[in-house]
Amino acid sequence: MTAKAADELAFVREVLGRSDYAIIGDIVERNSRVLDLGCGEGELLEWLAVNKGVDARGVELSGPKVQRAIARGVSVFQCDIDQALRDYPDQAFDYVILSQTLQETFRPRQVLREMLRVGRRVIVAFPNFGHWRVRLSMLLSGRAPRTSLFPYEWHESPNIHFLTIEDFEDLTRKEGLVVERRYFLAGHRKVTFRPNLLAETAVYLVSSRV
Amino acid sequence: MIVDSSSVRFASLSLDSGSTLVDVDVAYETYGALNAARSNAILVLHAFSGDAHAAGINHEGKPGWWDNMIGPGKGFDTNRYFVICANILGGCRGTTGPASVNPATGCPYAMSFPVITIGDMVRLQKMVIDHLGISRLLAVAGGSMGGMQALQWAVQYPDAVVAALPIASTTRHSAQQIAFNEVGRQAIMADPDWNEGNYYGQAPPARGLAVARMVGHITYMSDDSMREKFGRRLRGKEAFGFGFDVDFEVESYLRYRGSQFVNRFDANSYLYITKAMDYFDLTGGNGSVAAALEVAKARFLIISFSSDWLYPSYQSQEMVRALRSRNRDVAYVELQSNYGHDSFLVDVAEQSALVAGFLSTTFERLT
Repeated sequence: MTAKAADELAFVREVLGRSDYAIIGDIVERNSRVLDLGCGEGELLEWLAVNKGVDARGVELSGPKVQRAIARGVSVFQCDIDQALRDYPDQAFDYVILSQTLQETFRPRQVLREMLRVGRRVIVAFPNFGHWRVRLSMLLSGRAPRTSLFPYEWHESPNIHFLTIEDFEDLTRKEGLVVERRYFLAGHRKVTFRPNLLAETAVYLVSSRV
Repeated sequence: MIVDSSSVRFASLSLDSGSTLVDVDVAYETYGALNAARSNAILVLHAFSGDAHAAGINHEGKPGWWDNMIGPGKGFDTNRYFVICANILGGCRGTTGPASVNPATGCPYAMSFPVITIGDMVRLQKMVIDHLGISRLLAVAGGSMGGMQALQWAVQYPDAVVAALPIASTTRHSAQQIAFNEVGRQAIMADPDWNEGNYYGQAPPARGLAVARMVGHITYMSDDSMREKFGRRLRGKEAFGFGFDVDFEVESYLRYRGSQFVNRFDANSYLYITKAMDYFDLTGGNGSVAAALEVAKARFLIISFSSDWLYPSYQSQEMVRALRSRNRDVAYVELQSNYGHDSFLVDVAEQSALVAGFLSTTFERLT
């Protein structure tokens, strides 16, 4: 297979088993300063430090996850996202990353604003609640949708603010943000047609209009 | 591994109080080997009642106070790093303190020993490091008062510290922490044998020092750990003695620890060192931890313990927030442990993994 043919298939490569990580890995410039909010065990930060030479910092609420992140050498501190952002000076980072967590925050709009205060650019990856399987699940079952992307019972779900790609686009317009790049994924496949219906995950690179 | 203690004498040491000490001895131990680049040295800083014997077995057959953390393959891996520990200024385990002989008089200093600070202790440690031919430490690390010294190192000698690990520590004592120290000091000074500090060559204030230590031990444990260890169990009896001899296990334990302490610790050192802890304020009195840490260049690993009520997590979190507000490199976690303040000495499995990983990347980035 030629390189061109592989490109035409438009499969997104994986980093650490995740396509959104691969996209974030592509976006982040070498030797930049990165803050990852809700960084889990620090896998992405470690990858960025090793492969892109970034100054990698992370925030995570779960003590055991913080322990594993620190043990792998990543500078992570245990804190909730709101508190962590509040303490940082303006424009302390080149990128602030929020991967698969926006829908779990209490005040997503404030979180986004704070991210843009602390970082020059923000990378947000979130599961798309507008995907057709979610819509179909709710339409057919008449209950809170459960799909592979949203596998939880309604009362056990960490997701408290469901959003679709259209909702996020709308928010960026209301906030006057510049969407520098947007990526839509279904599994490891790039979605170019009707993303709000067909994409499972969206990754946005946004900055303030300055 | 049998370890030897070394000693070095310095002609003079100037103190924060303005006075100068002459002929200052320091006892220290080292573990592992210094590499050719002299880039793998770690200074471990002991807590209030510790000494230079941090690791290995000494000639008395006694393991070091952090032997579970320092050694081949341990958190501070002596296969990779050169670890140093020195007895603090004002101590009574080989470094000059109030029990030492004042060369000017030929008698022990006793209460004529000048009041010392954490900054003075660190200044003397820097002289030891210079003496060993090390210009920059890979890390300074310690728990409790050892953590205060680590913080002080990071701001007093910012270019000499690559990483700092203050564990179960604080940037300044709270009223509660000062209060417990004052109870200990008053117990010693209320003992008639204390004799204004002049007890050398005669009976030391053993009862006062033992009571001080008993109070200390209570603050090092947690309600849970005491319940687990002693509960309300009686000591060697089936029923209450209806008297004031030992009834409960916990009484027996505290009495034992108190009397043991008298054999290895000097009462005047207790007074001087607790005072140095109470005086310690990284902010220099202005209250801004962030401003104080502004000069630090080290990356930080800060650890606190969930059941530590003597040095509660909020004190560590204050450091973390201050470092974050200056966008400094800081890792922090509160470890779950039932052992109270003692956790950093006894509950070390998770702490070891954190320290090992943190040191490893710090060292790799250097080379």
